[in-house]
Amino acid sequence: MYDIIVIGAGVVGSAIAEHLSRYEGRFAVLERADDVAEGSSKANSGIVHAGYDAKPGTDKARLNTKGAQMMKQLCARLGVPYGQPGAMVLAFSEADRATIEKLYEQSLENGVEGCRVIEGAEALKMEPNLNPDVVCALHVPSSGLVSPYELTHALANSAAANGVEFRLETEVERIEPTETGWALHTNRGVYECRAFVNCAGVFGAKLHNQISDRKLNIIARRGQYYLLDHETPLRFSMTMFQVPTRMGKGVLISPTTHGNLLVGPTAEDIPDPLDTTTTSEGLADALAKARLTYPGLSVRSVITTFAGIRAHEEGGDFVIGAVPGAKDGAFEAIGIESPGLSAAPAIGEEMGTWAAYSLQLKRKADFVPYGPMPKSFSHMSNRERQEAYERDHEYGRIVCRCEMVTEAEIRRAIREPVGARNIDGVKRRTRAGMGRCQGGFCSPRVVQILCEELGMKPEEVTKFGGASRLLVGKLNEMQPEDK
Amino acid sequence: MSERRIPVDLLVIGAGPAGLAAAISARESGVESIVVLEREDFQGGILRQCIHNGFGLHRFKVELTGPEYAQRDIDRARELELDIRTGVTVLDVTPDKVVTAISRDRGLEEFQAKAVVLAMGCRERPRGALAIPGTRCAGIYSAGTAQRFVNLEGYMPGRRVVILGSGDIGLIMARRMTLQGAKVLACVELMPYSSGLNRNIVQCLQDYDIPLLLSHTVTNIRGRERLEGVTVSRVDDSRRPIPGTEREFDCDTLLLSVGLIPENELSLSAGVKLSPATSGAEVDNTLQTSVPGIFACGNVLHVHDLVDHVSNESAVAGRAAAAYIKGKAWQGTIIPVRDGEGVRGSVPQRINLPDAAVDFSVNLMFRPAQVYRNHYVVVRADDRPLSVRKSMILTPGEMAVVPMSAELLEKCRGAKSVTVEIREDKPEAV
Repeated sequence: MYDIIVIGAGVVGSAIAEHLSRYEGRFAVLERADDVAEGSSKANSGIVHAGYDAKPGTDKARLNTKGAQMMKQLCARLGVPYGQPGAMVLAFSEADRATIEKLYEQSLENGVEGCRVIEGAEALKMEPNLNPDVVCALHVPSSGLVSPYELTHALANSAAANGVEFRLETEVERIEPTETGWALHTNRGVYECRAFVNCAGVFGAKLHNQISDRKLNIIARRGQYYLLDHETPLRFSMTMFQVPTRMGKGVLISPTTHGNLLVGPTAEDIPDPLDTTTTSEGLADALAKARLTYPGLSVRSVITTFAGIRAHEEGGDFVIGAVPGAKDGAFEAIGIESPGLSAAPAIGEEMGTWAAYSLQLKRKADFVPYGPMPKSFSHMSNRERQEAYERDHEYGRIVCRCEMVTEAEIRRAIREPVGARNIDGVKRRTRAGMGRCQGGFCSPRVVQILCEELGMKPEEVTKFGGASRLLVGKLNEMQPEDK
Repeated sequence: MSERRIPVDLLVIGAGPAGLAAAISARESGVESIVVLEREDFQGGILRQCIHNGFGLHRFKVELTGPEYAQRDIDRARELELDIRTGVTVLDVTPDKVVTAISRDRGLEEFQAKAVVLAMGCRERPRGALAIPGTRCAGIYSAGTAQRFVNLEGYMPGRRVVILGSGDIGLIMARRMTLQGAKVLACVELMPYSSGLNRNIVQCLQDYDIPLLLSHTVTNIRGRERLEGVTVSRVDDSRRPIPGTEREFDCDTLLLSVGLIPENELSLSAGVKLSPATSGAEVDNTLQTSVPGIFACGNVLHVHDLVDHVSNESAVAGRAAAAYIKGKAWQGTIIPVRDGEGVRGSVPQRINLPDAAVDFSVNLMFRPAQVYRNHYVVVRADDRPLSVRKSMILTPGEMAVVPMSAELLEKCRGAKSVTVEIREDKPEAV
């Protein structure tokens, strides 16, 4: 019997688990995928929204502002890449000016500091690659960047290091009340708990509707992106938004915490919540819209394209708190679309506190915060590199040449509390394979290291779990293809 | 890190065919202090995984496999007692020729070189750069990565294969996968001509009845976890897919052979000016880059088809670096070499013509912009044709080589520029 189970190991579930790990009790996180951060948390814009955008008075507005304020310190504590380059929301017509002014008013209401409306000329001075047709802009100096999957990994590691059990490839299919609490029926048996928090992302409504009389509808909204290669200096130093529409914040151009440029996302409502397919129409749409911001955008420096899914609840706000109409011990944090990443630290603290309080759990005396994650080799000075080498000679072996990732870092990523189990897991934890050759050179070596660390055979190594195997067998042992 | 820099006359980055040939020729030209740094654990570069034959016909007049070809240079380097260090990755090169490297055996080291030869090779263009729509499942490899898995690791990446792009590695892998029991369904090429060598089309596709679909491309990728299939469409003259021409192929593997890109990250850190046409350094006829004392050769300079050309080019770089180290390099009149009609990416980009009599020859190399039959390759000094050579066939898949003798170079004296062009009509040479 667990005290509290968190369903879903995205950034929200991991943040809640990290907060729960400060309490006495038995906790678990159940995740359907074979790694944490495998849903919306791995493929989004990575923006820490300042909080001007959300409608005042909503949970979105409150948690966005609070989460964004917590983010910098949290990232410093965990060693997660964070930056605060600021942002602009751009108006390209006088009609858009009204929206910009409304956003400015909202920024004041939501308690976001430092925003101001600037004229086109000033915007161009700050970002010379901007479309010269820009009329005016909202300048948001407190807008930040975070690596969303690295934040999730760090939160999960911290939680696991403090006793939270992570059960991967464990999908909750059904939730039932029991005499003592709740039974979570999964593909790997039944987990019993006194309380649970549903953070199942795009699958959140399915679970919610099993136990609540207030039905929800979560729509899977797909966003397609381009990722551009590093460049010094980057074409834009700040995040460039266009005025928001009914479908979201529109197509942005933004630096990432690793010095790439990100372009996207589209906004397409799709029936299959796992359908992260990119389409020629979607990619063309993202490109065309981004060129309004940056007419000079060329696809020459594109290193990859991808799509992510946001969980949009029809009501438009986060769905947070006790599940209405269910007995005690049922909590949820679902419909966490943008600015969900920004709000995650606040949601983690708030929901974690609620759930722990509901069971009258006591604070742990021996909680040891995990981290910070060591600085990556690529960001070290030469002196730091030599010191790292002297501690661990595997720092002397570069495995990924594009992103300068060492063997020491790859082994560490596999050994950490919620460690990498496959190629994509190594990639998101270390950036090996994330660069311009997209794993062409390093993937054979990463396969070898995974085998050494986990006692696997090369043909068992997957890209991201399940049937995503890289190799079909040893040479000369393969069954010939049917003639 | 040692507080002082390790002095060395010549530092060569890369011990593939280019780096080996450059180091050998520099030693043969009398340079004693040479260090070659190689990031892999073995010398030989990409040739190690090229176990097919066809190497060395020009240079050794005999057909060798890749490892055999490499071994000849490795043996020669050993005879010359060259200091070749494997497992060492260069992290940075400065314009002052300070080279920072790290290795598992020695940690961080800083070298102060008098001259540097850049011989880092190239990398393959990945799927992401093409923005092919679809899923991001397992089973999609660049052809060279698949070649490494098969030939060096001993594992098969798949059973039913479609190849996108008809670069040489893709063609070679079509045959290799077939010989290992896989079924190669098609080789799909966006352009109306192949980017590979004709001999590879014959020996790797036609001999195994593998269809080559020209003017086609992959327009969708299916399969959530492992690849299940691809959609192939015909493209129009502007390379856009034509609706209604889609064909489905059920396959578990997609190999990409869609271009090679010189790996010039270190060149950029050294302040070397790159050419947009080749993505490699701009060099003169001594293969010196825009930074004095830094030379470039092999696939990091421009992507070659034949290793024999790489070795010959790199030997020039080694000799030139030796001359630079000994203070014998000359700074003469610079004559720019221009790409004329039908010509892309001429190397060298400029001729450094000594004031004294010319006593060297140079190979001008370039890629034809499209397929030409029975055309003339013309080298002009301003308006004066210097060299006119008829060619039965010129194609982008095969690098064109125009030898320029000392006599011809002498005739360039006084010219503002030299232009290489492809013409249908025959001009009279002077």
